[in-house]
Amino acid sequence: MARLLKFNIFRYNPQNPESVPHMDEFVLEETDSMTLFIALNRIREEKDSSLQFDFCCRAGICGSCGMVINGRPGLACHTKTKDLPSEITLLPLPVFQLVGDLSVDTGSWFREMYNKVESWIHTNKEFDPAAEEERMENEVAEAIYELDRCVECGCCVSACGTARLRDDFLGAVSLNRVARFVIDPRDERTDKEYYEIIGNDEGIFGCMGLLACEDVCPKHLPLQEQLAFLRRKMGITAIKNLFSRKSCK
Amino acid sequence: MQTFYTDVLVIGAGLAGERAAIEAGQAGFSTICLSLVPARRSHSSAAQGGMQAALGNSAMGEGDCPDVHFEDTVKGSDWGCDQEVARLFADAAPIEMRRLAHWGVPWNRVVPGRSKYFKGGKEFEKVEKDENRGLITARAFGGTAKWRTCYVSDGTGHSVLFTVDNRCAQLGVEVHDKTEAIALIHDGDTCYGAVVRCLKTGELRVYLAKATMIATGGFGRIYPNTTNAVVCDGGGHVAALNTGVVPMGNMEAVQFHPTGIVPTDILVTEGCRGDGGTLLDVNEERFMHIYEPEKAELASRDVVSRWMTHHIREGKGVKSPYGDHLWLDIRHLGEKHITGKLREVYEICTGFLGINPIYQLIPVRPTQHYSMGGVRTNKDGAAYGLKGLFSAGEAACWDMHGFNRLGGNSLAETVVAGGIVGRKIVEYVRGAEVSFNSVVIDDAVARERSRINGLISGTHGRENVYKVRAAMQDSLNRGANIFRNDADLTACVQELQEVLHRARRVGLASDGLGANPELSAALKIEGQVKMALMVAYGALQRTESRGSHNREDYTARNDRDWLKRTLAYWRSEGDELPTLEYEPATTVFEIPPGYRGYGKMDIIPMDGQEAGAADQSGAKTGQADQDDTDPAEAKGDE
Ligand SMILES: Cc1cc2nc3c(=O)[nH]c(=O)nc-3n(C[C@H](O)[C@H](O)[C@H](O)COP(=O)(O)OP(=O)(O)OC[C@H]3O[C@@H](n4cnc5c(N)ncnc54)[C@H](O)[C@@H]3O)c2cc1C
Ligand code: SF4
Ligand code: SF4
Ligand code: FES
Repeated sequence: MARLLKFNIFRYNPQNPESVPHMDEFVLEETDSMTLFIALNRIREEKDSSLQFDFCCRAGICGSCGMVINGRPGLACHTKTKDLPSEITLLPLPVFQLVGDLSVDTGSWFREMYNKVESWIHTNKEFDPAAEEERMENEVAEAIYELDRCVECGCCVSACGTARLRDDFLGAVSLNRVARFVIDPRDERTDKEYYEIIGNDEGIFGCMGLLACEDVCPKHLPLQEQLAFLRRKMGITAIKNLFSRKSCK
Repeated sequence: MQTFYTDVLVIGAGLAGERAAIEAGQAGFSTICLSLVPARRSHSSAAQGGMQAALGNSAMGEGDCPDVHFEDTVKGSDWGCDQEVARLFADAAPIEMRRLAHWGVPWNRVVPGRSKYFKGGKEFEKVEKDENRGLITARAFGGTAKWRTCYVSDGTGHSVLFTVDNRCAQLGVEVHDKTEAIALIHDGDTCYGAVVRCLKTGELRVYLAKATMIATGGFGRIYPNTTNAVVCDGGGHVAALNTGVVPMGNMEAVQFHPTGIVPTDILVTEGCRGDGGTLLDVNEERFMHIYEPEKAELASRDVVSRWMTHHIREGKGVKSPYGDHLWLDIRHLGEKHITGKLREVYEICTGFLGINPIYQLIPVRPTQHYSMGGVRTNKDGAAYGLKGLFSAGEAACWDMHGFNRLGGNSLAETVVAGGIVGRKIVEYVRGAEVSFNSVVIDDAVARERSRINGLISGTHGRENVYKVRAAMQDSLNRGANIFRNDADLTACVQELQEVLHRARRVGLASDGLGANPELSAALKIEGQVKMALMVAYGALQRTESRGSHNREDYTARNDRDWLKRTLAYWRSEGDELPTLEYEPATTVFEIPPGYRGYGKMDIIPMDGQEAGAADQSGAKTGQADQDDTDPAEAKGDE
């Protein structure tokens, strides 16, 4: 006999003046291999067609479907009901602006982040279409990809105590992004330039190192390692800065 | 209501859209990309396998060049492609890969020395040259003549899209995500932009532009089972076909894949069968040997898909709440092999199905995979029918794929076409003096407003949009699938016409306020059914078999009568059927139609061409293919 699943889902439509934040309950019979992607779509198609949530790839690749699942941020499409108790509580990710119900605006947050950390290769070289590509060791390429695997789901930001307290905190995802460019030989930025972006309380020095971020990252990015790497590097840069300022006088 | 003015409006922020936007941004034009989802979540990110480009750096790619790539592409298309376009593509692809490297893509690189690789389940050795150390390397993909597929580990699309979106951010190309274009603004002659619904607030906006581009990706979601993301629903095509003047090219050319998992249709690689995996039915018995005594599970992908569908129809499928399916059995390959070489499959099964393939059977069924058809453009990417409208990527029928695209060629197309068409857009905008006619704009907005109000208040009825959508999907699935025939297609067209009437009577069950998802679905359902009719009706009229279009009642490829492209118009809103026209598949012949070097030999030659000659020409090199891929070599999810 299949289980009956009870879903408690956060509801609020800011565009409807009569809507107030509340929880709605839906009951579904569990089917084989059911994921939250299947369950939520069934609820929308069979029970309440106004229910808002975000899915895209439904294969754990695109990072669209972050939400708080029984208290823990995670990817809904990659969550099987089989692994959950029969009562399931779903909330939208905190920190990000709510669009409605379980849907949040991660896009604006991340585009702002790209500009803050200048999330692109800084180089003075021009591309020459006639030339052979610049060579790179495969190991270096793989190390960059390891950090490039982030899907910008926002789970780490939602789980981070600092990010929830101060909305200007860059969060583990942005610091990891910076680390990605630091190790890329094509990016010509100096430590000093990176220091200007992250050598402050909004950046690496705001991080309390409790590592909720790494815990929830669905891509298992080595966030702890990256945070430690940047803290060391920026610590050294800070001392150098201090030193060079003094010697100037 | 908000109105945005921009030089270039790109509908779609996947690889094709953003790559074109970069050209416009670099040329100093203001550029806005629209997207249903944040740019980096676009479906391009899901392509894990790689992109084809004839760099020839790896040992197994030695001697490769754009000519060989071109030849593979034309043969792959079953001579349905525009050869001029295929040539543009093959020549530009290597440069584009290098450009992406310059922007930051961490391509895997050549590592000199000996290494092992598998082919047909056997182990071989190759030696990479010292002098190529650190150049962009390539992997094998679906049996291409050379190893030509550039890749970034298991996340090519993801990494390339991140890089391209970084470049957009750097150039100040704006991305307005959570927006949906629902109609084009045009006067029957020129396109002026789009009416757009904000998916954060539900409000309507107007975007006015000198040039507009449709780069909205594939439309797999008009089928019930597809590997495509849920946003690949054809919304951009709907906007284009509703103009009445922009035709869709070759909508009947749809590619399927034999093994999508049930329920979510995520692909599992064909390598499973190549390595000795078997297919089982409801009685947990093998069946492929009954239909294909020689090759059994190792027959080509189309043939395997066909018999799977047939076997399910014979009542031998496994019933499930998600529809009937079959089993893929890899248990006998053992834990080491499954968690080693087939790790991806292992992870998909445990992660999404809760099934351990070392001990359990995997539920699979054939599934829609790629749309070769789309907005018909010329070789510059300019859409037929409206000035100032362009298209590229999977959304377009630019037409380098003809009736069958090769694995690794579509992701490469997005960036190559994006670059080429982007530069053409720049040329166009430089010369364009556009004045916006407020009557045209107001009319377009008023129409969309009245559609929305009608859906909310149930003016035309209260048909449930999800039920209508399911009826459309079911009908296409039965009638316009891998194998097609007159009777099934005729029935399919009739059914879809009934579904079209129902689609016109859809009304909402919910209030439609804000970013209401039911309203999004309802706004495009009629257009989707029209697309489905273009697929089915185009397939019915095409009385031959070519590439992925397999007619059981017309098994030969007919170059005498059908070396042409279907152009489907929806001339007038109230029409019951699309209007079909035809044009030559290609005006330039570098390679005359002939035998592909694989698959079936049944060809009716062009007038003036001898049957024998057709069979001989160029049968030497190419073998890259969907139809006869050796499943043992299939790699990744192409
Ligand atoms: C599972 C899978 C694996 C694949 N692997 C490979 C591979 O390894 N190699 C290969 O060559 N090909 C592969 N393909 C095919 C390839 O990924 C696609 O053809 C390609 O990525 C399409 O890119 P695109 O830029 O045209 O569209 P997409 O990346 O799909 O982007 C479409 C964009 O349009 C937006 N959009 C859609 N409708 C609207 C609207 N109405 N209004 C506003 N915005 C809209 C979307 O939000 C999105 O930003 C794969 C396909 C699948 C399904
Ligand atoms: S370690 Fe730093 S970034 Fe991670 S959750 Fe804690 S405070 Fe946030
Ligand atoms: S670092 Fe991990 S948790 Fe954070 S956004 Fe990236 S993938 Fe998500
Ligand atoms: S929908 Fe893409 S990660 Fe869940």
